[in-house]
Amino acid sequence: MTRRVPEELTCAEMVRLVTDFLEDALSLEDRTHFEQHLVFCKGCAAYVRQMRKTIEASSALKGEGLSAEAQAELLRLFKGTCK
Amino acid sequence: MDDLRAAAASAEDARILDALRAGDEKAFLALVQSLNGPMLRVASLYVSSRGVAEEVVQEAWVGVLSGLPRFEGRSSLRRWIFGILANCAKSRGVREARSTPFSDMGPRDDEDEPAVDPSRFLPPDHPRWPGHWSAPPTAWAEEQVLNKESLAVVEAAIAQLPMNQREVITLRDVLGWNSAEVCESLGLSEGNQRVLLHRARSKVRGVLEKHFGAGGGR
Repeated sequence: MTRRVPEELTCAEMVRLVTDFLEDALSLEDRTHFEQHLVFCKGCAAYVRQMRKTIEASSALKGEGLSAEAQAELLRLFKGTCK
Repeated sequence: MDDLRAAAASAEDARILDALRAGDEKAFLALVQSLNGPMLRVASLYVSSRGVAEEVVQEAWVGVLSGLPRFEGRSSLRRWIFGILANCAKSRGVREARSTPFSDMGPRDDEDEPAVDPSRFLPPDHPRWPGHWSAPPTAWAEEQVLNKESLAVVEAAIAQLPMNQREVITLRDVLGWNSAEVCESLGLSEGNQRVLLHRARSKVRGVLEKHFGAGGGR
């Protein structure tokens, strides 16, 4: 039995593999197919770009820090433990 | 490269530890300020409100300070602190769940909801282009992805995710941890972590796409 090598990925498969691609978890063969598909498929190129932008947006989320009182309380605690 | 980075990080850890053990208040405040945003975010994964998350972060710092003399540096300082934090947050979350009749920890992991609506692809029996886009994504107005409104959309989309997806995307993408750190801290295999990350990112992308499609973009 020989394993069929998919010559070409469909766009639906591209969408399923995109995280493996971005995480560098594809075999060399799959990675090559993935990159070949990107060359000719505008839709998938846009999709991958949107995934990258989505990641960038997540990393740009700001959190608030602790309140000033909470920090002052921690500092008191720190002084206490370092006695 | 990773070894170099790890060595640099542990030298930095050693410097901070020495300062803390010497009672250096500035060093302590600097550490608190650099970590408390991420710590609040992690605490918020497990407890119901911002107020409780603050308490949990405080409690974690108490644990850190009392554990400091015994910390041996087998893991990085940051990993050790987040380990203490996660324990505090989870046990607090469990107590909260017990005291509320219906715990609201978000939806359960909904197995395999497709990343993209299948109707956007041509059917598998299409004579020429099976599985190719019938409604391909269109380019976003990228300068808008990082504006305040879009970021609020992303924040809300993450909050809607099932718990395990929310944990992974928060640590990986929001806080920027690498996959090894996330796997270790959540007790996941690499593959499992990738699956959860994939579902989470795909959904957030989908929500952003709707947002831009609905007049948020061009």
